[in-house]
Amino acid sequence: MSETILDVRDLHLRRSDRRILSGATFAVSRGGVVALMGPSGSGKTTILRAIAALEPFQQGTIDLDGVRLAGATRPSSTALGQLRRRVGLVFQFHHLFDHLTVTQNVTLAPMHVLGVSHAEAKTRAMELLETLGVEHRATALPRELSGGEAQRVAIARALAVDPPLLMMDEPTASLDPSRRNELGELLARLTRQGRTILLSTHDEEFTRRWVNAVLRVEEGVIVGDPRSPEAPKP
Amino acid sequence: MTTWMLRRPIKGRPTRRPGLYAPASAMVLWIALIAALTLHAQQAELKWAGDPEGGAPFVEADPADPAKVSGFDVEIAELIARGLNRTPRFLFVPYASIDQAIERGTADIGLSGMEDTPARRAAMATTIPYYTFREVIAVRDADAGRLHTLADLKGRRVGTLGGTIAYEILLRAEQKYGLQAVSYDDDVHPYSDLLIGRLDAVVLDNVLAERRQRTMPGVTVQPQAIAYSHYVGVLAARNASIRDAANEVLRAAMGDGTLERIFRKWNVWNDDQPALYERLLKREAVPAISGLDDAVGVADLSTWQATLRYVPSLVKAAGVTLVLSCLSMAFAVALGVLIASGRVYRTGLLRWVLTGYVELMRGTPVLLQLFVIYYGLASVIRLPAFVAALLGLALNYAAYESEIYRGALEAVPLGQLEAARTLGFTERQVLRLVRGPQAFRLALPPMTNDFVALLKDSSLVSVLTVVELTKQTQIFATNLGSWVIPGSLCAAMYLLMSLPLSALARRLEERWKAPTA
Repeated sequence: MSETILDVRDLHLRRSDRRILSGATFAVSRGGVVALMGPSGSGKTTILRAIAALEPFQQGTIDLDGVRLAGATRPSSTALGQLRRRVGLVFQFHHLFDHLTVTQNVTLAPMHVLGVSHAEAKTRAMELLETLGVEHRATALPRELSGGEAQRVAIARALAVDPPLLMMDEPTASLDPSRRNELGELLARLTRQGRTILLSTHDEEFTRRWVNAVLRVEEGVIVGDPRSPEAPKP
Repeated sequence: MTTWMLRRPIKGRPTRRPGLYAPASAMVLWIALIAALTLHAQQAELKWAGDPEGGAPFVEADPADPAKVSGFDVEIAELIARGLNRTPRFLFVPYASIDQAIERGTADIGLSGMEDTPARRAAMATTIPYYTFREVIAVRDADAGRLHTLADLKGRRVGTLGGTIAYEILLRAEQKYGLQAVSYDDDVHPYSDLLIGRLDAVVLDNVLAERRQRTMPGVTVQPQAIAYSHYVGVLAARNASIRDAANEVLRAAMGDGTLERIFRKWNVWNDDQPALYERLLKREAVPAISGLDDAVGVADLSTWQATLRYVPSLVKAAGVTLVLSCLSMAFAVALGVLIASGRVYRTGLLRWVLTGYVELMRGTPVLLQLFVIYYGLASVIRLPAFVAALLGLALNYAAYESEIYRGALEAVPLGQLEAARTLGFTERQVLRLVRGPQAFRLALPPMTNDFVALLKDSSLVSVLTVVELTKQTQIFATNLGSWVIPGSLCAAMYLLMSLPLSALARRLEERWKAPTA
């Protein structure tokens, strides 16, 4: 069995009185595309947000490539910085920075978080945009993009800081079938480069074609054997 | 003759009779009758305008009932009204607006220590003088031995009431003797500022000066007169006939000792008055201002010459307005950003304190805040007028700006902030690179709006002796006896300042096009 990049144990998360997660436990191996699947409101998005440290949780642990988040404790700013170098999150609604162009959206974090020079960040951004097929929109503002373009820019933005684990929330929701396959091919390419993808989706067909392992989420827990995620049905 | 004149309606309207209006309807007839009766009742009144802020001995309001007034001007109003067979009715009008109120017909006569200036004589129908006063210098007791004349005041700050003869004298003395004239909106604060050292002297008429000398220990009024002028009643030029009748009433009161009794009662009778009355009873012409060494007032010039003479000071005052507004806004923006950030990012006591600050500054008048900063805090910290004005406006506007920024910060979608956090930005970077810039774009239109408002609100600082555009316009208008030219110039200058600003803001907005939703 290959090396574990993400280990989530006994995750309990409550918002005021509502229980969202009640003991979610699973692990993800390095490389490959893993999907969280389950009905709406089962906690898929919350799991992704908790891993990205956007959502405090009351109990449990998250170990990501040597960084640990523990329940009921605020992570130190050092730990938070380290964690966010290891994980990227592409939101269902892209949440691009409205005041910046496509290129600026992609170069902002490399320049200010990683300290990369403007020229270098820009070269890298153009490569990413080209990979994603949106280099022709480099000077556009987010409001001028179509849904699919915006999503690909959001992926480029997340990849620009080069996180080993890339998480995506419902990445196929705003894509037509041909775009979905393009996304699948992109994810396959990314995993070949050694990256790990964790995504949430309802899309059985996309899962069958492009996902290596599935985690079923129901009412805030992972059902089935969390140690060995089921292979997608043929 | 006299009776006919006085029966004439004040505004020159012909007396209406119900019969002339009688259309078919009886209702209309009734209304017309009531209207005619009302009009008749108005004719029997003499509406006189005064400002109780001037206080005793001129016009003082009863604290329990501000409609009840007393003072020598009140008694003179009663005297004239009686002589004209009318009932006196007092109308409160701020001192600086009495001429305008008379001109537009709000009141028939202004009696509130109105000065006898050449401008007033030219533009209005003024009565004969009923009291002569001296412009005198008041100093601190310690300086009584060395500061006697305007020439002694070289290089010193000298205060007076703006828009008065005394202020005109000081403006001329600025050039001639190198002193610095400071204009106040009231006659109390010059003396209190004299005592605390903000001023070295105050030039006002002897009635005002002696009144303060009695109530404020430490003030010495020098006996030498700088100039002589008088108090007069002010009527509209179209009411010259009423003025003539009032003049006869005043002359009669000078002859039979009624005026002397009134002024003795209010403790302002002196030997200057009999000399004045003697000349007036002989129907000799009395110059408006006398005793001044070089009486070249603005009012002696043509309107055109006066305008040319005033334009530089208006431009300079516009500069004060612009500099004050820009600096205040800069401080307000900086402070507003801090307050807004504190309220958005902090919790607990700090947030509570900041909220309290915003509510306090928004919930109380800026005029009151300016007074507190300049006069109220004078015993603790004696701020120069410009600094106090700047601080007052900045502190007040900071509260408004902070609310704009708070709203704008909260309007930036949470999703973008989370996206920035997951990219590894620190909270400070999120604010600086993502939230701040977008909030600023959202805040720009209301900020521009506030800045234009501030340009005009800055006129409030004239209460702190800062002469800015509106105040300078008022001074100009008082000396010219008309608002038409000064008002138009003033409006043009405000527009010249605000329009480019609005245009700049529009261009920025277009460039940024604040994203919606």
